[in-house]
Amino acid sequence: MTVKRYFLGIDVGSTASKCVIIDEDKRIAASVVIPVGTGTTGPARAFAAACEEAGIREEDLACITATGYGRNTFEKADRTVSELSAHALGVHTLYPEAKTVIDIGGQDAKAIRIGSNGRLENFIMNDKCAAGTGRFLEVMARILERDVSELGTMDKEAEGTVAVSSTCTVFAESEVISQLARGVDIKSLVRGIDESVAVRTAGLVKRLGVIDPVIMTGGVAANAGVVSALEYELGTEITVSSIAQQNGAFGAAVYGLQKTVR
Amino acid sequence: MRDVKEILKDLTWIADNPRACLDEVLAEGKKAVGVMPYYAPEELVYAAGMVPFGLWGADMAVSASRQYFPAFYCGIVHTILELGLTGKLSGLSAVMIPLTCDSLKGMGANWKYGVKTIPIIDVPYAQNRKIEAGKAFTTAKYREILEKLESISGKKATDEDILAAIRLFNENRAACLEFVRLAPKHTDVISALARSRVLKSRTFGDRARHTALVRELNEALAALPECTKGVPVVTTGILADSSELMNILDENGYVIAADQVAYESVELRYPVPEVPADPVSGFAVRLAETEGTSVLYDPGKKRAADLKDLAKEAGAAGVIWVGTKFCDPEEFDYVPVKKVLEEADIPLLTLEVDRQMVNFEQIRTAAEAFKDAVQ
Repeated sequence: MTVKRYFLGIDVGSTASKCVIIDEDKRIAASVVIPVGTGTTGPARAFAAACEEAGIREEDLACITATGYGRNTFEKADRTVSELSAHALGVHTLYPEAKTVIDIGGQDAKAIRIGSNGRLENFIMNDKCAAGTGRFLEVMARILERDVSELGTMDKEAEGTVAVSSTCTVFAESEVISQLARGVDIKSLVRGIDESVAVRTAGLVKRLGVIDPVIMTGGVAANAGVVSALEYELGTEITVSSIAQQNGAFGAAVYGLQKTVR
Repeated sequence: MRDVKEILKDLTWIADNPRACLDEVLAEGKKAVGVMPYYAPEELVYAAGMVPFGLWGADMAVSASRQYFPAFYCGIVHTILELGLTGKLSGLSAVMIPLTCDSLKGMGANWKYGVKTIPIIDVPYAQNRKIEAGKAFTTAKYREILEKLESISGKKATDEDILAAIRLFNENRAACLEFVRLAPKHTDVISALARSRVLKSRTFGDRARHTALVRELNEALAALPECTKGVPVVTTGILADSSELMNILDENGYVIAADQVAYESVELRYPVPEVPADPVSGFAVRLAETEGTSVLYDPGKKRAADLKDLAKEAGAAGVIWVGTKFCDPEEFDYVPVKKVLEEADIPLLTLEVDRQMVNFEQIRTAAEAFKDAVQ
């Protein structure tokens, strides 16, 4: 009897730990997100939860590959791969025709070009700045006394836009507070916030060059308002990955599968 | 013949201990003059009987200089002023400030106000550096600089003194360029960090001693079997001396096959011509001939084409743009550089480094990913 082999990818991010286990046919056996990232118990919890979900033990794993900001601190890892390469591979595996990946995570944003063979061809990352990232949305959600997951729905229900012009998160925070003090419609303000993220991200993607099809990954892809605003800014349709937040972990698992000698 | 590692140890010590090097100079009873970027006629300092001492800032946090410059300001300028304000440059008889970029233009007034014990010598130059009137202007200004240096040292520089200084510094440039050529052929013993330290060390202390050390190193390298293992890249930018950055390049197996960095090869590639009839005019010629740098007026933007040619000649897998944060001249050059490299199908990794940077994780990620892309 042939024993099935499994490959685990863990994306140790700045604000969340994501873990995916795949089998030799790249089918997902487990997919877990723990909302705390590097330097916390998140990676260990994500790892344990994924093994439990897949119903396997650690020794059943043929390869453990870590990616993300905290990839070098995950001691169980057999291999590491940069999150840029992991995202490119993850998207290419699920969407072989994809040419451009937009990944907006907790503290950075990336635009990635995938070559014809599925390899990472080129990329561009944002500056070390919270604006245009998930952190920006979290800060704004806190001021609005909402959970960040509610922003997408609020944006959809907005009847107008209250523009947020500041490019710096700290200044934008003051600007949003001023708008709240003026009594503007909160849903319209949420749309302004989403558009602010989209404008910054679009600038990044345009520096790389937009080639269709465009796939979006990362936690911010769950916010339909940002995706919609980004489609408008880029003038193209964006497909949100079916495993947007776990795509990096999935790509890492695939990387481990490819690198492991069969 | 000494071992490569022993020679590197000497050169690395110089690069990593500038204050000790300055103290050595002062202990010998010599005067030293700080020389800020870029392309200053430091030979004139030597001809006037003093020692030029490179001031390119340091990787450090700043505090005192924040009183003079905003947070969003060139880290090189910030940290030079910080060193001056905190007494780390005490003992210098003067500092030369070339007026080659807007950030440096703002340095003079602040230095005068904040560091009263060390006088400044402005180093103006003609922006239209290639035309005869421009060269004449630059030459005239450099003569004024020489007079100021002579008044500080108390020694009159003869034409022979100037020509001897030019010869000495050109010899150093030639030795360093030979090292730049040899380094990628010996990647088993010359890391990116070691390469950076060898080139950086030339700016501190006695130039003749440095030339002798680099020549000794070159001889030792030439005697070794070649080793070219690694991913060859060309670096471009203002400076690339961050230990963290160099370590990341080394960890990822990059080899600097050539560079177009102002602090490194750009400064080395253009010797000062010896003009016996008017030695000072040689500096204006050198300034007119210098290419591949964002801080000198370059209406044709030749830097981009030069970089493309350099990458091709070096057989580089890609180019690493080492951007200096808040550097306007570099930002302007980035656009044509990116365009030309894209057209030539040469991969470009864009990094941004700041003197005050402590977290290099994003750079590490980008360096790892770029290697995946070019291999």
